Amino acid sequence: MATITVNGEKQEVALPITVSGLIKQNNVAEPEMVSVQVNEEFVEREDFDTKTFNDGDTVDFLYFMGGGCR
Amino acid sequence: MYDFTEEELNRYSRHILLKDVGVEGQEKILAAKVLVIGAGGLGAPVAMYLAAAGVGNIGIVDGDVVDLSNLQRQIIHTTPDVGKPKVVSAKETIAAINPHIKVDVYQDFLRADNALDIIKNYDFVVDGTDNFPVKFLINDACVMAGKPFSHGGILRFEGQTFTYVPGHACYRCMFKTPPPPNAVPTCSQAGVLGAIAGMLGTIQAAETLKYITGVGELLTDKLLTFNAKTMDFRKVNVHRRDNCPLCGENPTITELINYEQSVCDLAAHKN
Repeated sequence: MATITVNGEKQEVALPITVSGLIKQNNVAEPEMVSVQVNEEFVEREDFDTKTFNDGDTVDFLYFMGGGCR
Repeated sequence: MYDFTEEELNRYSRHILLKDVGVEGQEKILAAKVLVIGAGGLGAPVAMYLAAAGVGNIGIVDGDVVDLSNLQRQIIHTTPDVGKPKVVSAKETIAAINPHIKVDVYQDFLRADNALDIIKNYDFVVDGTDNFPVKFLINDACVMAGKPFSHGGILRFEGQTFTYVPGHACYRCMFKTPPPPNAVPTCSQAGVLGAIAGMLGTIQAAETLKYITGVGELLTDKLLTFNAKTMDFRKVNVHRRDNCPLCGENPTITELINYEQSVCDLAAHKN
């Protein structure tokens, strides 16, 4: 098991786990809409299935927010 | 040095009292030109606070008219304004708050063919729009023109904002392309707590005044998000992406794009 920080909160995960796996595990509602940073570096969408995490990594899921609103 | 009248010294006394602002800071505010795009939920508090602060020239872009359903959050408009162009209603409120402000109105929506021409006259741009095509357009136009801007988005109980300054992370560094139409709901589809617009709009107004006066640290290279249900605020560090399609080393976006509005948005838009 490893501990990673997801959106500011610590999570226990079983390694190895990919970005896609973590998105799934966190029940992200619109996985194709989320932007992902690992240790403050953006991960390209095409790398979501291959990029894996290490113990202590920090992950941010960024979501679109569009209203202004009219 | 600007010669303040007694009335101005009195009106702006609470700014002038601030050590970080003072007479010099207030002079910068009076000389500033700010463009507010969208006179809706975010644009309303932004324009009102900037007018109250004494921002000398405020431009407002909006092609819409005031609808009864707007009044729950768009506090620059009042009940008798229903049916009026939003820019006209906004201009009247600004004049009532502070008659010294020069207000430019653009009764139109921002598009690829008018964006650069409108923003070129201003020092700082505030995104108070309600849809992704225009949010990306504002980002692209400001990056291309080297204009700083404040990004803002709200939905349901949540808000998100950052401040772009040339050379730093842009919206496309965080989100490369707009979501497909209707993939992410807008407020007109999903709803929003009216006061959230005030919370985020006043953050944007504060960022604008900080930029003008040079006080403090801006939300540059930082995405601030909050959830009003828990009142959790979070600042995420973001960095300019070398491969950003707009501001990166080999940009692929070199001209402005009119993205498709979703049918649903357009329908809601006509309400």
